[in-house]
Amino acid sequence: MGYVAVTGGEQAISASLDLNERRRVAGGRSVDVDTVLSCLPELVCQVQSEGSLWAPEVAAVAVKQACGSVEEAVFLMRAYRSTLERLYTSRVIDTNEMHVDRRISAAFKDIEGGQILGATRDYAHRLIEFELADETTADVRDRLRELEASLDASAVETPAGVLDRVPRVLTYLRSIDMVRDYPLDDTEPVDITKTPLSFPAPRSVILQALSRGLTQAVIAIGYAAIRGFGLSHPTVGELRRGTVAVTVDAPGAGADASEDDAYYLGSIPVTEVESLIVADEVDEDGAHRSALDVGYGLVVGSDESKAIAMSVLDHSLRADDVRFPTQDQEFVLYHIDGVEATGFISHLKLPHYVTFQSKLDSALRSMAEKEDEADA
Amino acid sequence: MRKNYNFAFLDEGSKREIRRAILKGVAIPGYQVPFASREMPIGRGWGTGGLQLTLSCIGPDDVLKVIDQGSDASVNAVSIRGLVHETTGVDTTTRTQDATLIQSRHRIPERPLTRDQLLVLQVPTPEPLRTYEPRETVTRRLHAEAEYTGAYLELFEQIVRYGTTTTGADHPVMVGGRYVMAPSPIPRYDNARLNMADNLTLLGAGREKKIYAVPPYTRVESLAFDDYPFVTEEFEGACCHVCGATGVYLTQTVDPVTGEQVWQCSDTDYCAQRVSGEQGEE
Repeated sequence: MGYVAVTGGEQAISASLDLNERRRVAGGRSVDVDTVLSCLPELVCQVQSEGSLWAPEVAAVAVKQACGSVEEAVFLMRAYRSTLERLYTSRVIDTNEMHVDRRISAAFKDIEGGQILGATRDYAHRLIEFELADETTADVRDRLRELEASLDASAVETPAGVLDRVPRVLTYLRSIDMVRDYPLDDTEPVDITKTPLSFPAPRSVILQALSRGLTQAVIAIGYAAIRGFGLSHPTVGELRRGTVAVTVDAPGAGADASEDDAYYLGSIPVTEVESLIVADEVDEDGAHRSALDVGYGLVVGSDESKAIAMSVLDHSLRADDVRFPTQDQEFVLYHIDGVEATGFISHLKLPHYVTFQSKLDSALRSMAEKEDEADA
Repeated sequence: MRKNYNFAFLDEGSKREIRRAILKGVAIPGYQVPFASREMPIGRGWGTGGLQLTLSCIGPDDVLKVIDQGSDASVNAVSIRGLVHETTGVDTTTRTQDATLIQSRHRIPERPLTRDQLLVLQVPTPEPLRTYEPRETVTRRLHAEAEYTGAYLELFEQIVRYGTTTTGADHPVMVGGRYVMAPSPIPRYDNARLNMADNLTLLGAGREKKIYAVPPYTRVESLAFDDYPFVTEEFEGACCHVCGATGVYLTQTVDPVTGEQVWQCSDTDYCAQRVSGEQGEE
């Protein structure tokens, strides 16, 4: 048998996988899944957000298996998700009932229910804390005790239930007719994991695609939309972060089944953003008036930049006049999925011997034609 | 937390959904049926469309062959064959005539397929009009209206610019006189072998979420002009340096001993069977 470039074959692949596995264990240390969950919660959250599957333990294993590569961990989650039967549809989740641990408005200083800064890095100085290098589990426990004591001492008394039904900032703007009103749309949302994209995409499709989109891509394209390649410069009307309960109706329950009879499956952490964007409105007499449009963002986890960028893109993708790629549904929605983007980019490493031979043949033939012409 | 996977990886609901899309594709030859492509355990763009077709159609009695650019031993073919075998336990083979289901990337096996064999092609870019029109909404309308000026215009521009068409693999074909189709990037040499074939060919694009089909005995014509007929790759004077075959699809390689440039069959099974004397001389 003659020489075949990159015959690869079973042995090569299996050795390559072994080499890769060796890289994973070469450090001689193992991290247990609980440690991943408790020390890298935001990474685990991002993997679930882009993986569009809420399963913290599975995500933590994926992070471990992927040696911390987000791209790879998300890929593992998505592939695992493909094997799961979809047995139920949850009841509609009302984010008015979010149990809030952070809630701010950049539009108004004094808002009903108050600004709740909560835990945030926004005002942290980004200095590397070199002490962390020597931190032990005992140090972590001491630190927790200390912090809890001092936070308890300074905490303001909040009446029970206050954080479970925080009023919305936009309710005020709606009451003075400043926000554009849309008729309530109660059509069954499209499940983009069971229906291919088609255009123009319904809002439910846009929101799902953005919410599970590659975090950095959502942020980058959202950034382009507010910087110059789009018309949306938003004000964050409200950003709220907290947990929402997921419930399913009992089997056989009718459409009017009560929430009280539903099964509680658990709570998921989410971040929700309502952005305000000034929009031009034309009334029946052709007179222009300035009104406010709302862009909506909701992501699993606490990536606030992704939620804000999503609200920007939700708005810009509703533009009926496409002037910028950020307003073009096909441009944004086809390219924002991390698994698809990395999959197609990485496929370029596969052999293209047959196809390249064909390309080469065409190129040679066109050269020969040109020479013939020159001779003629 | 141990988990067991279903036969052929996908859950039965997903498989049924994909088989419905396949049936629609068979009923409308060359028409791209959108389907809700699932994420697979191999890279999106690495044959996930073909893999979903294979996994949805495969049964325990099937015998599977997987090739990549004609080779059974190419890394991705090995990987896909391993995955299907692991999740189904079906027998695998490299011998074209022994397979009931053949998944391939970029080649049709040299040995003509029979009516009892299913060919699954992996497709990266299912839309033949994509270079001419980037928007899916528009290309769908063009197909609906059988408005294929764009496809011919591209060939025309190549002729004007280079004196010849310069399509590589994936030269567009007209299927059943109705739909212009991307034959997946099979070389131009393979295009004619789709025409009036005895077997069913299914094409799957996972990332682009499209399934389409060429049923048996369907007319498949490569787009061309009367005065500039379709041409396949040129291998004049070349023959395989391993088995001596001519008139097959060859790729260039370098002889590791002499360092000379030589040609070799891209279909490694065909080549091996010729060497062992099983495949009849041309």
